Amino acid sequence: MSVALEGSATVPKHRRYFGNPWHKPRFLQATTIGYLLWSLLPVVIAVVFSFNAGRSRISWQGFSMRWWTTDPTDSLLHDQAMRQAMLQTYRLSIITVLIAVPLGTLFAIGIDRWHGRPARGASFLMLLSFVVPEIILGVSLFILFTSLLHDIVPLGTKAQVLGLTAYQLSYPVIIVRARLLSIGPEYEEAAMDLGATPNQAIRAVLLPLLAPAILASVALVFADTVDDFVTVAALSSTADTETLAQKIYSAARSSPTPEVNAAATMMLITTLIVIGGGLLFYRRISKGQGGGGASDFAQL
Amino acid sequence: MPGLVFLLFMFVLPLYVVVSVAFGTVDYNQFGAAVPYYAPWWWSFTTFNDTLSKFYAGSAIYREPLFRTFEYVFAASAICLVLGYAVAYYTARFATKYKGLILILLISPLWISYLMRIYAWQGLLDTNGPINWLLGPFGFRDTNLLAGHSITLILGLVYGYIPFMILPLYASLDRIQESLLEAGRDLGGSGSQTFWRVTLPLSRPAILAGMVIVALPMFGDYYTNDLLGTTKTSMFGNLISVQREATGGVTRSAALVLILSVIVLIPMLYYLRETRRQAEQA
Repeated sequence: MSVALEGSATVPKHRRYFGNPWHKPRFLQATTIGYLLWSLLPVVIAVVFSFNAGRSRISWQGFSMRWWTTDPTDSLLHDQAMRQAMLQTYRLSIITVLIAVPLGTLFAIGIDRWHGRPARGASFLMLLSFVVPEIILGVSLFILFTSLLHDIVPLGTKAQVLGLTAYQLSYPVIIVRARLLSIGPEYEEAAMDLGATPNQAIRAVLLPLLAPAILASVALVFADTVDDFVTVAALSSTADTETLAQKIYSAARSSPTPEVNAAATMMLITTLIVIGGGLLFYRRISKGQGGGGASDFAQL
Repeated sequence: MPGLVFLLFMFVLPLYVVVSVAFGTVDYNQFGAAVPYYAPWWWSFTTFNDTLSKFYAGSAIYREPLFRTFEYVFAASAICLVLGYAVAYYTARFATKYKGLILILLISPLWISYLMRIYAWQGLLDTNGPINWLLGPFGFRDTNLLAGHSITLILGLVYGYIPFMILPLYASLDRIQESLLEAGRDLGGSGSQTFWRVTLPLSRPAILAGMVIVALPMFGDYYTNDLLGTTKTSMFGNLISVQREATGGVTRSAALVLILSVIVLIPMLYYLRETRRQAEQA
């Protein structure tokens, strides 16, 4: 490619640079690298300072496992309240995944099958819940559970799960639906031509085809609920339904120690395990299936 | 279909209850508990009108966060778009060998809690922290960046929401076929002409989606300001969260939620209409 350029030595240098469609996009490259550094810096800081020997979160005072295991009261291992918060976070995430993903999958199949007004209304509501500011939903549900449903669903784990499910349901629906559109109805029709009942066709043909999308939804919903703060905080009742996000929030506003860093790092590891496991599993089942997880995500 | 029932239950019912609470009254004999009026013919608009009037009749405590919210959301979304487009464009077009790695790095901040990342920023932006040390030579050594500076908050919002801009942009830019760009150039377009007249129009749906996904949640954000700002930079979300926790404030917070819903309704409906139109075209 440089041959053509050398022939035109009279062209000013900057023209040569910008005129050449294959020039290296240094500016864009620098921007991207700079952005990545900027976005990852806090993550690195958070992880590294969980091993800080002192209380500070900005000046390094030596390596220690103090905030992980050794400190008798304020370490992750010994702090009852922090453990409770982490447990609650996991509990909420797992229950929400177990409810939201199957419900969302069925819902997506439903929307795909129906036509007309109810389907359109449902997908409208779905998208609405996807973009509505979380505080609107959080405060609305808080008010719902403290007034009208006060005696049926009090604030606490149940309310938190319901709220998270409502907020997260749109992910599986959107992802699974995108996958359904790309699969098309042919496979199912073929199965039914071969004598399968509609239910058998869904179970034996459609669900395996949907597996990648379902897995992607599991990973996404899990990662997002672990991280959730607004909904969970609005619907928690007492200290034992507080999640890690709330702990970080209150620590950040009072006297933080690197213990919260340790807790957040722990959650990071769990999320990585879930996502990594999902990815491996996904590779296994999607072998020879074309498309890919990236394209499922891309549909978002 | 149980899904629809669930959605109706979780969206429509709460909305109705919020309306009932917002148009209800406050029982000061019971520590300011909200008294909802479920029947529309009993609705009292006292609190709601009072809240609404605070926005136009002088009360700086309410009006300033409102204007500020628009300002910050606008600035932060614009930065998200420009920066996010550059990153997405680079990743989709030029990052040949490292594409997978860059994509993972782009998503990875989302795997650690957002609050944790903002918390890390709090440390970085501390007066004794590294950012002040870096900016020291430019005369910012003693500036407390956490003492309610708009720029801190805008960058904090950008930081938190930009991945949701980059991902749809990347997905759309990655799908543009090379041959279209080559055609643009074969027809005599320069590099920048091809960009403005081929690439950009093709990524328009993704820009719209990204803007909505980024801007709407920002309208309700309050924790970013709680951690990186002061009341000098408080936003609409802060009004709601403060009122919700205040004694007797639930009725007012319901009124504020209604007002915010109306504010975000317009961009939301626009987005929904556009998505439907695209779905019909596809």
